[in-house]
Amino acid sequence: MGSLSKLSPAKVTAQLPFPYRAPTVPRGVEPLPEEPKLGAHYDTDWARRFPARWARAVILEAALRPAVRVLADPERRGYDRLAGLEPPVIFAANHHSHVDAGLLLTSLPEPFRYKVFAAAAADYFFVNRVAAAASALALGAIPIERSEVTRRSADQSAALLDDGWNMVIFPEGGRSPDGWGQHFRGGAAYLSTRCGVPVVPVHMEGTGRILPKGRNRPRPGRTRVTFGTPMRPADGESSRRYAARIEDAVAALADEVSHDWYTARVRAHAGQSPDLTGADLGGWRRTWALGDRKPIRARKRRWPDL
Amino acid sequence: MPRPGFVLEVDGSTPPILFHHGEGFRLEKLPAGRSRVVYPGEPLEPIDDVDQAIEDALLHPLDTDPLPALLRPDMKLTICFDDVSLPLPPMKRPDIRQRVIEAVLDMAAAAGVDDVHLIAALALHRRMTESELRQAVGDRVYDAFEPKGLLYNHDAEDPDNLSFLGTTDKGEEVEINKRAAESDLIVYVNINLVAMDGGHKSTATGLASYRSLRHHHNVNVMRHSRSFMDRHSSELHHSNWRMGEVIRNAGVKIFQIETTLNNDTFGQDGPMSVLAKREWEWSTRDRAAFVGLQQGVKLLKPAARRKAFQTWRAPYGLTSVTAGAVDPVHERTLERCFEQHLVSVEGQTDILTMGLPYICPYNVNSIMNPILVMCLGLGYFFNMYRGKPLVREGGVLIMTHPTPWEFHPVHHPSYIDFFEQVLAETTDPLEMEQRYEKQFAEDEWYRHLYRTSYAYHGVHPFYMWYWGSHALEHLGRVIIVGGDPKAVRRLGFKPASTMADAFEMASDVVGAAPTITHLHNPPIVMADVT
Repeated sequence: MGSLSKLSPAKVTAQLPFPYRAPTVPRGVEPLPEEPKLGAHYDTDWARRFPARWARAVILEAALRPAVRVLADPERRGYDRLAGLEPPVIFAANHHSHVDAGLLLTSLPEPFRYKVFAAAAADYFFVNRVAAAASALALGAIPIERSEVTRRSADQSAALLDDGWNMVIFPEGGRSPDGWGQHFRGGAAYLSTRCGVPVVPVHMEGTGRILPKGRNRPRPGRTRVTFGTPMRPADGESSRRYAARIEDAVAALADEVSHDWYTARVRAHAGQSPDLTGADLGGWRRTWALGDRKPIRARKRRWPDL
Repeated sequence: MPRPGFVLEVDGSTPPILFHHGEGFRLEKLPAGRSRVVYPGEPLEPIDDVDQAIEDALLHPLDTDPLPALLRPDMKLTICFDDVSLPLPPMKRPDIRQRVIEAVLDMAAAAGVDDVHLIAALALHRRMTESELRQAVGDRVYDAFEPKGLLYNHDAEDPDNLSFLGTTDKGEEVEINKRAAESDLIVYVNINLVAMDGGHKSTATGLASYRSLRHHHNVNVMRHSRSFMDRHSSELHHSNWRMGEVIRNAGVKIFQIETTLNNDTFGQDGPMSVLAKREWEWSTRDRAAFVGLQQGVKLLKPAARRKAFQTWRAPYGLTSVTAGAVDPVHERTLERCFEQHLVSVEGQTDILTMGLPYICPYNVNSIMNPILVMCLGLGYFFNMYRGKPLVREGGVLIMTHPTPWEFHPVHHPSYIDFFEQVLAETTDPLEMEQRYEKQFAEDEWYRHLYRTSYAYHGVHPFYMWYWGSHALEHLGRVIIVGGDPKAVRRLGFKPASTMADAFEMASDVVGAAPTITHLHNPPIVMADVT
């Protein structure tokens, strides 16, 4: 082991003469402050060039899709609501698990599937070079600051939307801590208003059982992805109000999954769609109430189908 | 800007003309100097924002209150919709019925209406299967209503669920679906693919029983419907309109929603798009696609070929959606239909030619049997006129179709017996109406299959034959090119191997140098003959 450690790349490089190693800094000179290159400052432009896009398409179809199929067995609904919709579009979904991004990206229909970027937490997916490069390459992710509103994230997202890229965003800002949803933040709504791009609400059900927050080993299960009707901001509508409307739309989709479409519409019109964030209950009763949200699965087709 | 339909005078440099031939195609050279081809118009520009157009129609209906004002929580609402016979071929999802029905239901949901039924208005057609219902109304509506028994096919033979509403001044009995008749509001969602559809025919025919239908589905009415694509000259429609008045007088309130589609049957690109182009405009790519299509289908076995064609979904665009009272809605719908389909044609012809495609209203996901070949040619295509028939009285009709002696045993059981028993005896519609119709219409086994399986009603093959009775009376001879000779002869027509043979055979009736007109259909074209 000792001889091997002597051959470590860092040590070998240190032996090399300049310019084959990093320069030393003269003692009398104030070194330049190091520019942050990770987190929200990670540059993902390379991931949208042709070779990376091609590689991402291969990863999506050859690795991600089979993995999602095995792990999440998705049933996808509501594509008909996207008929006639042109890119760019913002897909705003609820968020329960790390499976969500892969599931949603593999569920996007054409022409949205191969020109899409995902908004990913800068403090989670971009903390080191390997994770950042993997996120940018495999998911087309760009870093979004969760803890504060930064101009950089918004400008980058807006520029990509203006350039015709579609966006996948989880407006809750993070995975559900307890199986219930969280209130939507205003990012998707703001970008939709700023760029004049529609928001498609998406509800994903079942991913929280596969890989909930706090667990490392996935447990395969069944999921359902439901696309909603594209939304646009009303005249003069604030981002906050619009975000609440997007949240309501996702809540109505959740109701559609656990009951039926017409019942969900009746309740949505009456303002009685069950809240995504769950009842204001404490302790075990909040967890217990999750059981009421089980989806109705499509029945097997009956004979004969001539 | 789409180009309208037009009439081409065939000359020496006109390329061979496309003829549909069931699940195949033919290219036929028509004699120069005395032939002409009636081409359909290109697809009209579709409505961009379909959902907005539907909402506008529902909120600003003709001669009635906006739909939300007609809805209240404690009401009985019944939504009826056209069955699997429309449109042809079936359209790409989402079907326009789904989009309209979802918009109607959304307003019903806003009003808190609980008692909602959805009924496929199929008259004596076969019941729709689950996948066909899903195609028509969409998964969301299907899953919300069918499991609770609130979405179902109309049953014209269920005495407990029919309601007799009275008789017209001509003695026609009006009996329709009981649930619909007893509802506070019927919302009828229609697809007006051709001018024959819609209007009072939607409810008076789609939701009726045999007792009611026989008053206008008979030889006398059909012979006086000239044509049934022109509602103001159609006895079929006059009868339906009289029945519509009885329905209205009985207090049944109908909110009619009619839609029209453009001619985009085969798409603007893709392998089938060549079928909608004019032959002299076929590019190298189009010609390659056509040859590939023609040769490809030959390689397939008949069942695989049929399946391949039946899976085609047309990318139709919506050209209008109108809602409100039946009469004003239908008048506006007809205008849009004619705008897409009508082509002015001067004078009649000695020989009318037509290539029959793989599909007609009664063989969706099924087999085009010889009776349906007759119905499509002599019933539908022959009647694609306003004014007077394209072919003169005593003229010849030449159709191309393989006309196989083949029947779908589940969908068309009574057709088999009709072909074997009735047509073996007579091809005269009047005689078969008098001698055989009642026997087939009241046969318990056919009734059982219609109600519980997926069979057309026992009387349906008679109606198919009556559909062509005006043409049978009008024409001097009917020739089918490329058809099974035995099947063609059973229909009472003449078989020919080639188009040249057919012209030769026709010369016995219309002379040596007859005028010829080819109806280049589909996409749909209707001749306005002066």
